Amino acid sequence: MAISPYLGGVGLGCLIVSFLVSLYYNTILTWVLWYLLNSFQHPLPWSACPLDLNRTGLVEECWDSSAVSYFWYRQTLNITADISDSGSVQWQLLVCLAASWAVLYLCVIRGIETTGKAIYFTALFPYLVLTIFLIRGLTLPGATEGLVYLFTPDMQVLRNPRVWLDAATQIFFSLSLAFGGHIAFASYNPPRNNCERDAVAIALVNSMTSLYASIAVFSVLGFKAANDHGRCLDGNILRLINAFDLPDQSISRDDYAAVLARLNTSRPEWAAGLHLDTCRLEDFLEKSAAGTGLAFIVFAEAVLHMPGAPGWAVLFFGMLFTLGLSSMFGNMESVITPLLDLGVMPRGVPKELLTGLACLVCFVSATCFTLQSGSYWLEIFDHYAASLNLILFAFFEVVGVIYVYGMKRFCDDIAWMTGRRPGLYWQVTWKVVSPLLLLTIFVAYISLLASTPPSYKAWNPQYEQFPSRQEKPYPGWVQAICVLLSFLPALSVPAVALVQLLARRRRKQQDVQQDVGPKLQDGGVC
Amino acid sequence: MLASCMEFTVTHQILWRSSVPIGARKKTRAHVIAPGKSPCSDSAATMRQNNSITQETQEGPRLRKYAWDTNEEYLFKAMVAFSMRKVPNRETTEISHVLLCNVTQRVSFWFVVTDPSKTHTLPAVEIQSAIRMNRNRINNAFFLNDQTLEFLRIPSTLAPPTDPPVPIWIIIFGVIFCIVIVATMLLILSGIQQHRRKNEGPSEMEDTEDKCENTITVENGIPCDPLDMKGGHINDAFMTEDERLTPL
Repeated sequence: MAISPYLGGVGLGCLIVSFLVSLYYNTILTWVLWYLLNSFQHPLPWSACPLDLNRTGLVEECWDSSAVSYFWYRQTLNITADISDSGSVQWQLLVCLAASWAVLYLCVIRGIETTGKAIYFTALFPYLVLTIFLIRGLTLPGATEGLVYLFTPDMQVLRNPRVWLDAATQIFFSLSLAFGGHIAFASYNPPRNNCERDAVAIALVNSMTSLYASIAVFSVLGFKAANDHGRCLDGNILRLINAFDLPDQSISRDDYAAVLARLNTSRPEWAAGLHLDTCRLEDFLEKSAAGTGLAFIVFAEAVLHMPGAPGWAVLFFGMLFTLGLSSMFGNMESVITPLLDLGVMPRGVPKELLTGLACLVCFVSATCFTLQSGSYWLEIFDHYAASLNLILFAFFEVVGVIYVYGMKRFCDDIAWMTGRRPGLYWQVTWKVVSPLLLLTIFVAYISLLASTPPSYKAWNPQYEQFPSRQEKPYPGWVQAICVLLSFLPALSVPAVALVQLLARRRRKQQDVQQDVGPKLQDGGVC
Repeated sequence: MLASCMEFTVTHQILWRSSVPIGARKKTRAHVIAPGKSPCSDSAATMRQNNSITQETQEGPRLRKYAWDTNEEYLFKAMVAFSMRKVPNRETTEISHVLLCNVTQRVSFWFVVTDPSKTHTLPAVEIQSAIRMNRNRINNAFFLNDQTLEFLRIPSTLAPPTDPPVPIWIIIFGVIFCIVIVATMLLILSGIQQHRRKNEGPSEMEDTEDKCENTITVENGIPCDPLDMKGGHINDAFMTEDERLTPL
C-alpha cells in the first residue's frame, strides 16, 4: 500500500495464498507427526505386513505391494480408490492434526516474541540431524553408488525443457518468494538494516543446505538401492538353486552372473522357464520418488535396514517435523501480520486471541484433508494453489517496486538503509532479467497445464497392474476447483485496484460537490 | 527297508524340501534342512526324477550352517513319530514306521509314515496336521525355524505381531499433547498478567499526579512536573524505537 494503493491487492492475494498453503502444509506435518509417534517401538510398524484372518499368510494388499506402502496407504491414510469417494474422517489423523496445530499455536502465540525463541531449535536441530545422517549414510554400503548417481549429469534428461522449468519453480518455491513471509519477518528489523547482505545470505544458505541435504539423502538412497539389488539377486539365486537342486549357498552374489551364463548355454529352456527378474542397480536407483513418496515410503524403508532402526526413524521424522514447523512459522506470520496491520480485530483484543482464532479456523478447514481422499486433495492444493499465484505476485512486486515506485526512489531508500547504492548487477536484474524470467516461467507453466489434461495417480487394489498406481483424470467439478484455486488469489489484484479506483473517483466527486455547493448557496441567497 | 519303500504304491506323499517352491514369492534364504520326501513315487511331479532311489549311505553334506548325518535323520524320524503319536488313533507309531527316501545333497527328501502293519501309508493330510501341531518342537529339536526348516505343502502358522494393549503412539501422543497444553496455558496466563499490570500501571501514575499540588507547567504539550517526579526514570520527551516499528 505504501508503494501504490492500486497494488494493495498483491498483499491481499499473498494473504489468501499463505492461508491456503498453511492448510495443506500442516497436514503434511500431521503425517510426519504420525510417523514420528509410531517410531518409538521396535520392530517398526511398517517393517512387517499384518496377518490375514487365517493367520496363514499376509494381507493380500500388503503382499502385492510392500509392507511400507501398505502402512502408508492403508494404515495411515486409509486411502480410497477415487477422489470423488471421500470416505470418512480418519480419527488418528484428526488427532495428530489437532496436536500439530496446537504445537504451532504454542510457537506463534505471541508472534515474533515466541517464534524467535522457537526458531533457535527448529532451525538448528535439522542441521544436526542432517550431519548425523550424512556421517551414517556415507558409512553405509552402496552410498558411493548413490552419490555417483547424484553427481553424474544425464544429458538426455537435461535436454528436456520441462526439467529446467521444474528446476526454476523449485528454486523459486524453495526460497519462499512472494509468500509475504520475508516481508513480514523483515518488518521487525531496525530500519537501517543491511538488507543486501541478508538477501545474498538467504540465497546462499538455501542452496548450500539443499546440496548438503541431497548428499545425505542420496547416500541413504544408494544404500537402499544396493540392498534391493542384493535381495533381487538372492531371489534369483534361490530360484536357480531350487530348480537345479544345487547345494544351498553354492552360488554367491558375485558368482551369479557367471553361473547364469553357464546355465543359459547348457540348459537354455530351463533357464527361460524360471522367470528370473532382471536385477540392475540403475533401475533401483532411478526408482527413488519425490515428495511424500520419498519421505514416507522410500526413506522409511531405507531406515528399516539400518541397525538401530527406531532411533534413526525418530531422528529422521523429528527433523522433518522441525523443518516443516519452521516453514509454517513463515506462513502463519504472513497470515497474521497482515491481519494485525489491517486492524481486523478491535484494539483491546490481545494478540494471543487473534493467533488462536487464526489457528482454529485453519484447523477446522484442514479437517477435509483427514478424509480418506485427503491425500488426493492435498496434491491438488500443492500443484495449483501456490504455483501460478506466487509467480504472478512476484512479477507484480518486482514491476510495482521498480516501475511504479520508481527505480531511483528505491535505490535512494536502499542507500539510506545500507549506506551505499545498489550496484549495476542489481539494477539490471531488477529492471530486465527478473520480470522477463518470471513472465517466461508463467507462460511456460500455463501452457504446460493447458496442454495435458490434469490427472492423478490413484491407489487402487483392484487395479490389474497393482501395485502400480492407476492414472485417472480429474472429474469436472474437481477441475473447476483447480481453476478456482489457481486464479482466485490472483484476482484480488485487479479487484483491489478496481475498488481503489472507484473509491478515488467517488472522493473526487465529493470534493468537487463540496466546492460547488457553497457557491450555489451564495448564489441562492441573492 | 528300501525294498519296502519301493513296494508301497505311494498314493499319498509328503514332500519336504529345503527350499521354497519355484514361483513362491517369499524370498527367504533356505539354509539347509533336510526335508523329507516320500519313497519314491513315480507320480511325483517334481524335477527330481533324476535322483536314484537306491539309498546310498547317508553322508550328509557338510554344509556351513547345518551338519546332516544319519543321527540327525534318526532324530527327524523320531520327531515325526512323536508327532504322529499325539494323534488320537496313532499312539502306536514307531520310528521304524517313518521312511525317508530320495535324500539329496542339499538335504532335501521325501518321507512317509506307514501304519503299524506296514501295509500302507498314512494319508498326507493326517501327517500334515500332526506336524503342524508340533512344528515348534520339531524346529527346536534342530535349532532351526520355520524358514530354515520348511515343509512344503504345510503352511506355517505365522506368529501375530506383538500387539501391546495400548498402541504406543497414543501414549507418546498423550505425553506430547499434555506438555503442549500446559505450556500454552502458562504463556496465556503470563500474557494476561502482563496485560493486567500494564493496565494498573497508568492508573497509579494518575493518582500520584492528582496528589501533587504544584502548578503544572506545560511545555510542548508535555507537563514538566512528571518529568521531575519520576526522578529521571522515564523520559517522556523521547519517543522510543518500539513505537515507530511494528509492535511485538
